[in-house]
Amino acid sequence: MKPTKVSENEYFHQVVDCQWGCPAHTDVPEYIRLIAQGEFSDAYMLNRASNIFPGILGRVCDRPCEPACRRGRVEEKPVAICRLKRVASDNRDDITSRLPKAPEKKNGKRIALIGAGCASLSVANDLMPLGYDCTIFEGLEKPGGLMRTNIPSFRLPEKVLDEEMNYIIDMGVDLRLGTRIDSFKELMKEGYDAIFVGTGAPKGKDLKIPGRYDSDNIHIGIEWLESVAFDHIDKIGKKVLIIGVGNTAMDCCRTSLRLGASDVKVMARKPRDFFKASDWELEDAEEEKVEIVVNHSPKEFVIKNGVLKGMIFEKMQYETDEKGKITNTEVVGEEFFPCDDVVLAIGQDNAFPWIERDLGLDFDQWDVPIVDENTFQSTLPGVFFGGDSAFGPKNIIWAVEHGHQAAISIHKYCHDEPLDERLPRGVNLSSAKMGIHEWSYSNDFDASSRRLMPSVDLKERFSNLDIEVELGFTVDQVVTEVERCLNCDLQTVFFPDLCIECDACIDICPVDCLTITPNEGQEAIEKNLTTPRLDQDQLLFVSEPLKQTGRAMIKDENLCVHCGLCAERCPTAAWDMQKSNLDVPYAIDEMNNGKANCQSKRKAG
Amino acid sequence: MSYISKPKIDHGGLRKNKLGLTIQDYEGGMSTLCAGCGHDSITAAICQAFFELDIPPHRVAKLSGIGCSSKTPAYFLGQSHGFNSVHGRMPSVATGTSAANRQINVIGVSGDGDSLSIGLGQFAHAMRRNINMTYLIENNGVYGLTKGQFSASADIGSKLKKGELNEQPPIDPVQMALSQGATFVARGFSGDKKQLVPLLKAAIKHNGFGLIDILSPCVTFNDHEDSTKSYAHTREFFHPAVHLDYIPPAKEIKTAYDQGEAMPIEMHDGSRVVLRKLDKGYNFENRGQALDYVRAKHRDGEIVTGLLYIDESEPDMHTINATSDTPLSELEFKRLCPGSSALKEIQKRFI
Repeated sequence: MKPTKVSENEYFHQVVDCQWGCPAHTDVPEYIRLIAQGEFSDAYMLNRASNIFPGILGRVCDRPCEPACRRGRVEEKPVAICRLKRVASDNRDDITSRLPKAPEKKNGKRIALIGAGCASLSVANDLMPLGYDCTIFEGLEKPGGLMRTNIPSFRLPEKVLDEEMNYIIDMGVDLRLGTRIDSFKELMKEGYDAIFVGTGAPKGKDLKIPGRYDSDNIHIGIEWLESVAFDHIDKIGKKVLIIGVGNTAMDCCRTSLRLGASDVKVMARKPRDFFKASDWELEDAEEEKVEIVVNHSPKEFVIKNGVLKGMIFEKMQYETDEKGKITNTEVVGEEFFPCDDVVLAIGQDNAFPWIERDLGLDFDQWDVPIVDENTFQSTLPGVFFGGDSAFGPKNIIWAVEHGHQAAISIHKYCHDEPLDERLPRGVNLSSAKMGIHEWSYSNDFDASSRRLMPSVDLKERFSNLDIEVELGFTVDQVVTEVERCLNCDLQTVFFPDLCIECDACIDICPVDCLTITPNEGQEAIEKNLTTPRLDQDQLLFVSEPLKQTGRAMIKDENLCVHCGLCAERCPTAAWDMQKSNLDVPYAIDEMNNGKANCQSKRKAG
Repeated sequence: MSYISKPKIDHGGLRKNKLGLTIQDYEGGMSTLCAGCGHDSITAAICQAFFELDIPPHRVAKLSGIGCSSKTPAYFLGQSHGFNSVHGRMPSVATGTSAANRQINVIGVSGDGDSLSIGLGQFAHAMRRNINMTYLIENNGVYGLTKGQFSASADIGSKLKKGELNEQPPIDPVQMALSQGATFVARGFSGDKKQLVPLLKAAIKHNGFGLIDILSPCVTFNDHEDSTKSYAHTREFFHPAVHLDYIPPAKEIKTAYDQGEAMPIEMHDGSRVVLRKLDKGYNFENRGQALDYVRAKHRDGEIVTGLLYIDESEPDMHTINATSDTPLSELEFKRLCPGSSALKEIQKRFI
């Protein structure tokens, strides 16, 4: 095999699984370390540099970092990354003086942002400090988009939402509430230098089966949640059926329980393995005694004398192959479920009836705008898309990252620079050695299991829609949970010239991830590994030939717990533990031509 | 050495042996030897050998004398029996241990200082008695624990770290064992576990005294350019004369061996070792020729390794002395201590 060049392909970035898994590349291990040190404000600011909404995301992030977390590979559960983010947010001091500010002297460029959701706010966050005039148009009377309308306040308190959005708006964003854009053509006439569309995916999918339009008690999930959020709806029947089993369905069933329902069933067409909802959202719903019924496909609404009586479902049976893929579907019967209300939560789409189709802004066959995946520019130069409106429904953290990238594009567009010549990401390394056996991080492995989030008593939480269910970690829980992090950003860096092949590192490695073997091709190497390669997707490090025998040092990155014992046991310092720092460029770095380095500077600021 | 202990992590890739144990169950405390010490690699090889032989740790007694090597029994098989004895006196304790319990696996770990100077007499007599034990000499040519003076195994011309030259001839434990009549004589290298682990397994299974002289560089005091026991020097002059395959009982021999080039030997418990010549000039069936070969190669500065001589037919100490099959601790009191009348009967024989 070719010796691994750790400077290429973002090798060290990939080793930090959580950061690699996070669309916004949040520096998770570092902020967990700051929390461990009690530096909550620093942890918050570090978070904010990449994900902008630590308080919001600390509660409702989709957490792509957690399934990626290395901890989940050496024991049962990953580090509670999301919960720790909330710890940083809950315990921070007043950080307003550390927030970026808009300069007094503007650069004369005007940007229109449509929709006051996470994508637009993210663009404004990056462009305001550069001197841009940002105007956000929002159809509703309050900003926040999906974060406000679709996420119930018992999961995300309004106070948290407002506070973090205001950090951005208070930089001087011209926020025009209750101003729905009905014609893109008209907006273009106003002469903005660039336009960003961040209107989300606001159209809930309908279920066109018999009886659908014969009752007022059949609701479309996201519209219903929005009405609840704006206090237009404050009650629901006793028996409620939720159709669909995504995260919106979970919000619908839990909201129903708080509006007077006592018997709530979530109806799923397929078995549990096919659910779209995140595991933890399913768990939270089931804890509240929501019943999840699998293998029932909706057939028709049963309505008598104009009153919804229930629904008929087809009972489904599936055959699957070894990989769990469905190979055959069969209807094996029908079943009637009585109910007073039905909420449809079967997906949502983006919709652009307000964009004229003769502007040079092209849509594809599914009526979705054609958007460049790197620059987020549409086919009409100067018009950018981001968040759910760009590539369909994803989640907040993706929208934030879209916003960062779109901001870079907008800056470049406004300064006549090519959009695709962007600053690359980089990794900085510095040794963590403090002494023969001392490292600048907590390297001992803590075998504690994942801490469980304490929550409000089951009875109490239903008394008011606004009672936040999750209480946040206690001090003891924080102290334990931070130590579960394996510090993947402390990289094992190998210097082949120094190695004397004494085997010390191999003998001491607690997960047997090291091997010295002749480099006779991938197959031979994998056959000789100390521990079989369990995950082909994880990196395999292959060193340059070693001095004494010409063999290669192999490291399977899969299971390394970054304990540093290899480096401690190495007599010649051929292994070193080095802190890696990912350098993610933002719009401000493009403005400074990459001279002022981003994350480290932001942290200091 | 390290401040944190090696964490026990079930990472999903851990193999289990027939007893359902993992290699972690064969490990001991954290080593306090220098980072990179060859002895630590031998420790790891011992763990692996016992793990792969499916020997329960509590059926092992590990014994040692004094020195860096003699500290290592603390670092492997934490669930076994141990005795860290006086300098050079490990063979006596081993004799007693083996006599008291014929069923226990006895492994003695010694060094060149412990066995070739103060303990030379004990070492020779252990071979002469053919005690059923595995005897390891972790050989680095210096007294590491007292800061690196030459030991009796230092080669002529070898220099200390500060430049002192050794002009006395070394005692080679392998040559000594061959001439003393040892029934299992091998040499290995801490930096080559592929060779060392099968050697250890064969020595553990050998019915009698199994000696392995293991070159184990002292990374602190004897791993410099003018040393003949450094990692680099050992690798350069490493000469494997014999290859050994260890085949557990009831397992077929699948590899094809050329006649005359390979020698299968049946061990006491039904397992087998197959010796294969790597150097055509070597004759492993004749003690005298083996000795000549090792001596000649030593003169040329080469380090001959592998299982150099084995004889499974010689009776061990238990056979010669007709010791009890049952461990003494398990004999009922009446048999263990037949009483004063039996003593009188015995005394009568001498009157």
